Amino acid sequence: MEWKRKDLLGIRELSKEEILLVLEVAESFKEVSKRDIKKVPTLRGKTVITLFFEPSTRTRTSFEIAAKRLSADTINISASTSSVTKGETLKDTALNLESMRPDVIVIRHSYPGAPHLLARILKSSIVNAGDGAHEHPTQALLDLFTIREKKGRIENLKVTIVGDIAHSRVARSNIYCLRKFGNEVICCGPPSLIPPHLDSLGVRVEYKLENAVRDADVIMALRIQKERGGISSIPSVREYASLYGLRKEHVSMAKDDVIIMHPGPMNRGIEIMDEVADGPYSVILDQVENGVAVRMAILYLLLGKGE
Amino acid sequence: MRILIRRGRVIDPATNHDAEKDVLIEEGRIKRVAKDINVRRRDRTIVINAKGLVVSPGLIDIHCHLREPGFEFKETIETGTLSAVKGGFTSLVCMANTDPVNDNRSVTEFILRKAKEEGYSRVFPCGAVTKGTKGEELAEIGEMVAAGIVAISDDGRPVRNASVLRKALEYIKIFPIPLISHCEDPDLSVGCVNEGFFSLITGLEGNPDIAEELMVIRDIRIARYVDSRIHITHLSTRGSVEAIREEKKRFNKVTCDTCPHYFTLTEESIISFDPNFKVNPPLRSKSDVEAIKEGLKEGVIDIISTDHAPHEMASKDLEFNIASSGISGLETALALSLSLYHEGVLDLKELIRKLTINPARLINQPYGMLCEGAIADVIVFDPYMEWVVDREKFASKGKNTPFHGWKLKGKNLLTILDGKIVYHDPHLPIDS
Repeated sequence: MEWKRKDLLGIRELSKEEILLVLEVAESFKEVSKRDIKKVPTLRGKTVITLFFEPSTRTRTSFEIAAKRLSADTINISASTSSVTKGETLKDTALNLESMRPDVIVIRHSYPGAPHLLARILKSSIVNAGDGAHEHPTQALLDLFTIREKKGRIENLKVTIVGDIAHSRVARSNIYCLRKFGNEVICCGPPSLIPPHLDSLGVRVEYKLENAVRDADVIMALRIQKERGGISSIPSVREYASLYGLRKEHVSMAKDDVIIMHPGPMNRGIEIMDEVADGPYSVILDQVENGVAVRMAILYLLLGKGE
Repeated sequence: MRILIRRGRVIDPATNHDAEKDVLIEEGRIKRVAKDINVRRRDRTIVINAKGLVVSPGLIDIHCHLREPGFEFKETIETGTLSAVKGGFTSLVCMANTDPVNDNRSVTEFILRKAKEEGYSRVFPCGAVTKGTKGEELAEIGEMVAAGIVAISDDGRPVRNASVLRKALEYIKIFPIPLISHCEDPDLSVGCVNEGFFSLITGLEGNPDIAEELMVIRDIRIARYVDSRIHITHLSTRGSVEAIREEKKRFNKVTCDTCPHYFTLTEESIISFDPNFKVNPPLRSKSDVEAIKEGLKEGVIDIISTDHAPHEMASKDLEFNIASSGISGLETALALSLSLYHEGVLDLKELIRKLTINPARLINQPYGMLCEGAIADVIVFDPYMEWVVDREKFASKGKNTPFHGWKLKGKNLLTILDGKIVYHDPHLPIDS
C-alpha cells in the first residue's frame, strides 16, 4: 500500500486500505512520544503551517507537537493575528503563505469546503483540521486508532454517537470511518439535532438515549455546537442535559467493556457527567495522546515518505 | 436596409407557423414571410442563406440582472445587452436590485436612457415592489409605470409580509403589469444549498424545498384572493410545479418560469464546493429536475428565463457559503434550452414559445413574433452546431458559469433588432 494523496480533506473519499495504512504508521510513531528524547529527524527541513480560523487548543497543539517530533519547522497562524481581520480573502492569504514555500498547511475553518479551496489552488499539501460541519478527518482516524487499541478490533462493533449530530463534523467523519469497516453505528440526539437523510449514511437513528446505548461497545458523546446554531434547535441546555446527558446508568446499560469517548472540548454536566468523563470506562485522554501519533503519521505520509 | 433571410426554418409560435420560408425585413418590420421571395435591387439587400438553420423571433428574457446603476464592476447595461444579443436575446427585463434600487421614477429613467444610448438590445426595467426592496412600504409603482417599467418584483428576496404583498397585488390591478415573485421563505432558507443528502455530506447549510413551495402557495393564493396578475419566477422544485399545476386549473392569472440551470444541473454538483454552482434558489435533486421538465412539457411552466446574474470573480473566488449566488447565463441559455429539444422534452416551436411570445405577453409588449407586419426582432440559430463554452469569450463581464468547458449543442448565429443586424457569428456568411 502506497499513499498517493496530496491532501487529506475528508474520510469519505478514503479507502479502507488508506485508513489502515495511517493506523499502521501511527502505531510506529506512538513509541516516539514515549522516549526520553521525543524527536526523530524524519521531516527535518520541512515546514508545516497551522492556519486556524476557529479557536482550538487540542487539535492545534496536537498538530504542532506532531510536526515538531518529526523535526519539521512549524508556524502557527490564528485568525486573530492574521490579515483576515484586515479584509483579505482566504485565497489571497493562502497564496501569500504558499509564496513562503511551506510543505503542509493544516487548516481549520468554520466554513465547509475551505480546505478544498486551498487544495485547488496550492501546491502544498492541505490537511483539513475541521471545516464547519463537513469533516474532521484526523479526529476520526485517532478515534479509530484508540478503538483498535482498546478493543483490539475495528470491526463488528456497535458504536453509539450521542449529541448534536446535525452540526458535527466529528460525527460525519466518524460515521464514514466506522461504516467503511462495517460497524453498526447508532446516532442519538433530539430530532432537531439529527440532520435529514442521516439514515442514508447507513446509520440507525435513535431518539431515546436508553435505547441507543444498550449493548454498545463504544459510546461517543458530542457537545452542542453553539457556534453553528445548535442551541436554537433545543429549548434549553438544562432540558438537553436531562434527556441526553450521559450518566453512569447509561454506561451500565452498555457492554461490560464499553469505552466512553469524547472529541473535546467537554461540557461537563451537559452532554457528559463527571462520573462518566472521569470514570473507569473513559478513554478521553487516550484519544488526545493518540492524536499526536496519528497526526505524525498523516504528516509523514503526505510528505511523500509513505512508499 | 433590407435583409432577406433565405430558406430557413421559420418558426413563429405566436401564429403557430413552422415551415421553410424566406423572410424579408424592411424598415424595421417583417415585410414578408413566403417561399422564394424575389427582390428587385438586389444590391441594396443583405442576403443570408439560412438553409438548415432556424429563423425565430428574438428571444425575450424576463429575468436578468444588468447591475447598473451601482454594480458596474459586475456588469453594465452595455456589456449585459451585448451578452444578450450574442446569446440570441433581443429584449431583457432587468431586475430592480441595483444600487440605488429601481424603486422610483428617476432610476427607471436612468436605466432606459443608458439602454437607449449604450444598449444593444431592448431593455425593460422591472421596478421594485417595495421601497429599497425592504418589503415594508410600497414603491411608487404608478410613477415607475409611467416611466416605463413592465413589471414589479423585489427579486433576490420574497415580499416577506403577506399583507404588503396583498396590497401590491391589489394596487397593480390599475396597470397592465404583473408582479414577479421570488419565492423563498426567508426563515426556512438560511442555507446555501438544497437540503438533502448533499447538504448532509458537505456540511453546507440546506434550504429545504418547502421553503420555496410554501411561498409559492402563499403568493398564488393571495393573488387569487385579490384576483391579480402574479408570475412566479425561477421555479426549482417538484412541489412548486405541482402547486402551480393545481392553481392553474382554477385561476388564470398565474404564470411561472424556470431557468436553464434548474433543468440542467442537480445538487450533486456542489460536492466540489465550487461556488460557480451556487445559485438562489439552490440546485435541487434529480427528482426536482424531472418535475421541472414535466412542467415545461405540460405547459405548467410558461417561460424560460435566464436569471443572468453576473459577478466579478472576486465574489465567487471565496468559500462556498460566503460566495455570491448566480450564473452569468445569457450566452448559454439558448443552447441549454435546446437540450430540451434534443432530449425530446419539447419540440422546437414549444421551446421557442417559452422564450418569445410567452414572455412578451407577460410584460405586454408587442415583440416575440415573426409574422408579416411584426417588429423585426429576429434571430437565426443553428440548433445542432456544437461549441465549447469558454467563459473568457463571454461578452458579459460576468465570467461566473458552471458550464465553462462544456460542449453544448445549438448556437445563435445572427441577431437582428428593429431590422438591423446587431450581432453576427463568423460561422454565418453574410452576402451584402
